[in-house]
Amino acid sequence: MGLPTIVALFLYFLVLSFLAIGGLPTVLPEMQRYVVEVHHWMTSQQFATAYALAQVAPGPNVMYITLVGWQVAGWGGAAATTLALLGPASTLTVLVGRLHARYPNASLGRAIRRGLTPITIGLFLSSAWILAGSVNRDWRGYLLTLLALVLVLRTPWNPLWLIAAGALAGMAGLV
Amino acid sequence: MPQVELQGPNVGVRAIFLTFSRVTLSSFGSPLFWARRALVERQHWLTEREFVDLLALGQLLPGPNVLNLAALVGYRFAGWAGALAACAGFMGWPFLVVIAMGALHQRYGALPLVQQALTGMAAVAAGLLLASGIKMAAVLPRQWRHWLFGVLAFTGVGVLRWPLLLVVGALAPCAIVATWKDKD
Repeated sequence: MGLPTIVALFLYFLVLSFLAIGGLPTVLPEMQRYVVEVHHWMTSQQFATAYALAQVAPGPNVMYITLVGWQVAGWGGAAATTLALLGPASTLTVLVGRLHARYPNASLGRAIRRGLTPITIGLFLSSAWILAGSVNRDWRGYLLTLLALVLVLRTPWNPLWLIAAGALAGMAGLV
Repeated sequence: MPQVELQGPNVGVRAIFLTFSRVTLSSFGSPLFWARRALVERQHWLTEREFVDLLALGQLLPGPNVLNLAALVGYRFAGWAGALAACAGFMGWPFLVVIAMGALHQRYGALPLVQQALTGMAAVAAGLLLASGIKMAAVLPRQWRHWLFGVLAFTGVGVLRWPLLLVVGALAPCAIVATWKDKD
């Protein structure tokens, strides 16, 4: 598949990026509908695999959009979906950040910041909680999570070792 | 070009690129743990308070919150070039890695042993992320109102699994009004 597909992908994902208020998971179903059901560029099985692979790869979890683009139209497709979906959001973020930095003591800005801080921390803990619930199948998994939590708070060990130990525990069939 | 607000330590474009490369390549589970560790604990580019502020802003805007955080941190220290370096470091490597994984998967399929290792890694990653959240909560003032909104956000999104937009849309205005007169 050639340039027209890449352009179509780019434009479509650009539109999606503006709809993705509240995070990319909100547009995931629409993305799947477009590439699987409307265009038959990939099967729903391939889409699910792309999603699963991206969850286990290092980096942010949104990288499935790269794999979807790659699956549909190779390197050009991967670049098209990634840039279209993430570029506008990052640009907007910097523009808002500039305003924020320029008026650090505006009372509205300060009030918003103060009000959002606890919510941000609550959401942060939510994603950790949801992650723990989705990966752990039984008490042994939760025990490993708890162990990692305690060790990272109480020891100066590099957390990469904890991750490596987790990999070994998994391979040994302990979780 | 408008003047760049240089605050805190002097950080160059190269250091920004390398730091976010390291963060993203360490990120099994969630990059937030590694971003906080690098920016607050290791490099001391941001205080805990500044980290939470930038994360709050990143969460409010469309796009993945860690990528938004990268863009904000990069811009803060080195302008647009810094923002670009942060995003390139943060997204560039995973871009190559997922495609390599996609190609390998097409050729060999999934290996059960890899799957098992990943389960264990994810269980640890969840613990690391919980630890970061607990450390971040230390910036909250010792006033019940602040904690109340944190607990409500956690209950709504984490426990009840209500849509993020709904929970934040309902809580944010209340939290801003309720804490309007408070000191930081």
